[in-house]
Amino acid sequence: MKISAAEVAHVAALARLRLSEEQTDKLTEQLNDILAAMDRLNELDTSGVPPTNHALELTGAMRPDKAVPGLDHQRALANAPASDGQSLVVPKVI
Amino acid sequence: MTASLHDLTLLEARELLERRQISSLELTQALLARLEAVEPRVRAYLAVTADLALDMARAADQALAQGKGGPLTGIPAGIKDVICTAGVTTTCGSKILQGFVPPYDATLVARLKAAGMVLLGKHNMDEFAMGSSTENSGFFTTHNPWDLAAIPGGSSGGSAASVAAGSALFAVGTDTGGSIRQPASHCGVVGLKPTYGRVSRFGLVAFASSLDQAGPLTRTVADAAQVLSVIAGHDPADSTSAPREVPDYNAALGRGVKGLKLGVVREFFASGLEPGVEAAVRAALAVLEAQGAELIEVSLPHTDYALPVYYIIAPAEASSNLARYDGVKYGLSLRSPQGDLMDMYLDTRSQGFGPEVIRRIMLGTYALSAGYYEAYYGKAGQVRTLIKQDYLEAFQQVDALLGPVAPTPAFDIGQKVDDPLQMYLSDICTLSVNLAGLPGMSVPCGFAASGRPIGLQIIGPHFAEETLLAVGHAYQQATDHHRQRPPL
Repeated sequence: MKISAAEVAHVAALARLRLSEEQTDKLTEQLNDILAAMDRLNELDTSGVPPTNHALELTGAMRPDKAVPGLDHQRALANAPASDGQSLVVPKVI
Repeated sequence: MTASLHDLTLLEARELLERRQISSLELTQALLARLEAVEPRVRAYLAVTADLALDMARAADQALAQGKGGPLTGIPAGIKDVICTAGVTTTCGSKILQGFVPPYDATLVARLKAAGMVLLGKHNMDEFAMGSSTENSGFFTTHNPWDLAAIPGGSSGGSAASVAAGSALFAVGTDTGGSIRQPASHCGVVGLKPTYGRVSRFGLVAFASSLDQAGPLTRTVADAAQVLSVIAGHDPADSTSAPREVPDYNAALGRGVKGLKLGVVREFFASGLEPGVEAAVRAALAVLEAQGAELIEVSLPHTDYALPVYYIIAPAEASSNLARYDGVKYGLSLRSPQGDLMDMYLDTRSQGFGPEVIRRIMLGTYALSAGYYEAYYGKAGQVRTLIKQDYLEAFQQVDALLGPVAPTPAFDIGQKVDDPLQMYLSDICTLSVNLAGLPGMSVPCGFAASGRPIGLQIIGPHFAEETLLAVGHAYQQATDHHRQRPPL
């Protein structure tokens, strides 16, 4: 499959990345090289093969339903770029 | 004696500490002096915690004096900067996390501290563990102690270089596609990636959650067993950690290889393998055969597909994991007076992430996006099953598999930086091990004509770390590659 510069720009928007025109062009070229290598997978017939999402099929990890202390406000907000002491503060949304 | 404290193995240092022939304070001061001497050339550390280290050493000496030493009491070590250390910056080699101070320790760090480790600092790495050379670090490139013009490997390049250079007696790194084994191979140290789920991932900054695993980088296989014994084990805080008993890894060292069936992976010796690497690895196979192992050639027919599968699955998981860097909670946050929330996201992420991380987020977002999901992520998951089945079938026949770690010794700094696909190919022999969730270890097995180290890879069935340690230790009893030190 080939990816166009317009598709690269669309994917960048989905990923919340702002790319310059130069970056978009370079990424289009590099992603096409990489995707060409990926296309080798189509040589394989995988009909009926179940996918592996985790190498070890661990399911239903359970632990006792016991409350344990979490991070307090002060520590949770210690790395915040902006906060009012209780909440994270962000620029206006609307 | 004191002139070469930094050359000790972990277990040698431990013995001297236990016998009170040296103090942890002396040892730590020696390591800090060595660090200061080599660091301008090697550049393995993103942060050095000298004062903390000296405090921890004094506490270790007190514990030792009271006969309360643990398995690592008083041993100075470095931790890869992708692993959270309470109160000590953890940046993942990324400008987007510059200055981030974790409010808690990763579980494995808490275990190391409880075992008495002295923390020297945090090791450099490729940004978010994406890379094979540390050239993707957002801060600087680490140099290979054996040849300063060469890359140390990656992504745990700072950790491998530091252990090789003697600026740490051991390190803990992470391995998503070869990131412990490949730098260990390039720097002539031991690197062990345990089975997926053997070591808790709680407090590891996530790259690809179904592949990431932490493990030791050490000078000897026996040292690796000592560190693994401390960090392995179930953790209720990581739902993917394995609820299994931790065996006595130190006891496994003495088992030897007599009677073991060891598979030689045909596909790992395919074209592209440098002749010097092949010669060193074949010589290592002969050493194990002479010790009584039976060598059997085996095939992993889907080996060639590991690279495309990995470079779909790992970026897909990364694109999701790295969505959390948005300028809201921690790290870089670029806010302009007129900008809204979306501007903050876009500016922060575009300026905070380096080129390789952006490339992988783009690749992963594309592979997961509407219309392409089945063709890429779905297909990759199916082929991952075939790769895993290859291994499981091979392990019906043999106890462990052998091959090279990387197709070439360390390449020159700058050589592959403009060609991502060539860079990805340097992990060709390690990627499939992560896809199958298996344990793998790199053990030094010689040097290329250039003087750059070469590693032997030993791969085992799920949770067969004991077999890897037995094979690796038997090999080190018969060879002295691990006793060589770089000419720094």
